[in-house]
Amino acid sequence: MATIRQLRRRIASVRNTAKITNALQLVAASKMRRAQERALQARPYAEKIQLVLSGLASAAERGEDIAPHPLLVERPVEKVSVLHITPDRGLCGALNANLNRSTGTFIAGHEEPVQMVAVGKKGRDFFMRAGVEIAAEFTELGDYPSELETNAISRLVMEDFIEANVDRVYISFAEFVNTATQRPVVKQLLPISPPRMEDEEEAQEYRQDYIFEPSPEDVFDRLLPRYVDMLVYEAILESAASEQSARMVAMKNATDNANEIASELTLTYNKARQEQITNELLDIVGGAAALEE
Amino acid sequence: MPLTIEIVTIERIVRVEENVDVLIAPGIEGQLAILPRHSALMTTLDYGELIFRRSNAEESFAVAGGFMEVRNDRISILAEQAEAAEEIDVDRARAARARAEERLRELQQRGGDQGEADMARAQASLQKSLLRLRVAERRRRAPGAPRPGG
Repeated sequence: MATIRQLRRRIASVRNTAKITNALQLVAASKMRRAQERALQARPYAEKIQLVLSGLASAAERGEDIAPHPLLVERPVEKVSVLHITPDRGLCGALNANLNRSTGTFIAGHEEPVQMVAVGKKGRDFFMRAGVEIAAEFTELGDYPSELETNAISRLVMEDFIEANVDRVYISFAEFVNTATQRPVVKQLLPISPPRMEDEEEAQEYRQDYIFEPSPEDVFDRLLPRYVDMLVYEAILESAASEQSARMVAMKNATDNANEIASELTLTYNKARQEQITNELLDIVGGAAALEE
Repeated sequence: MPLTIEIVTIERIVRVEENVDVLIAPGIEGQLAILPRHSALMTTLDYGELIFRRSNAEESFAVAGGFMEVRNDRISILAEQAEAAEEIDVDRARAARARAEERLRELQQRGGDQGEADMARAQASLQKSLLRLRVAERRRRAPGAPRPGG
């Protein structure tokens, strides 16, 4: 049975923990809002480039004698690269473990040798220990990575692909479903499979009615790398939002748990205190009774 | 029907504007002016100044490459980078110009061909700072335009 003093000390320590996790929760909530705001700002560009690219994919169909853009080339797969995006920090519940497991399963399912471009410390550390070849790493991107920083990543990946060091590139990141749910996903990044226009009429319009300067092929070729830049930026942004929301939820749970423990301990403490007072009273009453006799 | 324009970059929505009378953009094959009822067009953009006018006002932007789509009087500009004239920090642009010029001088003195990539980079940043200064200057001279900072 814990003494009263021990109980008091534990209650204070649990309350302190609750204060810290509560502060972390508030910080994560505000960072999450900002990350979501940034994702919203990036939406129009993403939608537009997708639309134009899908329209152009059919318009810029070339003859068989012209080589396709290097980012579209399908090669027999001899080496695979995975762009693995994780947070730099922990305290975000099961997010890191889930991400690493998802990528790990993906790598294990591949017969070809796999190299990794790691974004974020948690993924890098995990796969370094697992003995996966880390071709490059990008850490400390901060809570709000800028396009300039993510472009460095996408350019490196594209270069690797164009130089045929790798024949296929996948991107693995935490998809932001909602505040409570983040889903690890692995998608193919390169070679690009350009989005196709479903509406045949609209595609037709691109084929016939547009004036292209300098030419449809040229516009298409310039759009492709920007499309990859955009995909990488979007994935990293989404991961950032996922990280903050996972942290917010984890810290909320931690705060709730700490408060629960604190109230249980307070109950025990009050009982113990009551008991002590009763015992003291009994002593005094007993002593007085003994004196009277 | 007047034009609706939308300037976006990967990172943000720079500007959405309606009721524009004319847009002048730095197309890759020379400047082009877009008036209402322009036919559908898709072009790549060069470094340069993008201007739009409506009855009595004019606004300009510094644009560093990208794409422009014109369709049914809606213009979408997917810029690599874009900045409205009033967003441009003139002091910073001046400092950037000075830095780029300094760097160019340095590289020229050293000579040799190993610095070709550096040279190109320095030239690009010089170009960029000059463009931003030009756009900021124009805004200051524009009649009726509110002065930055009141």
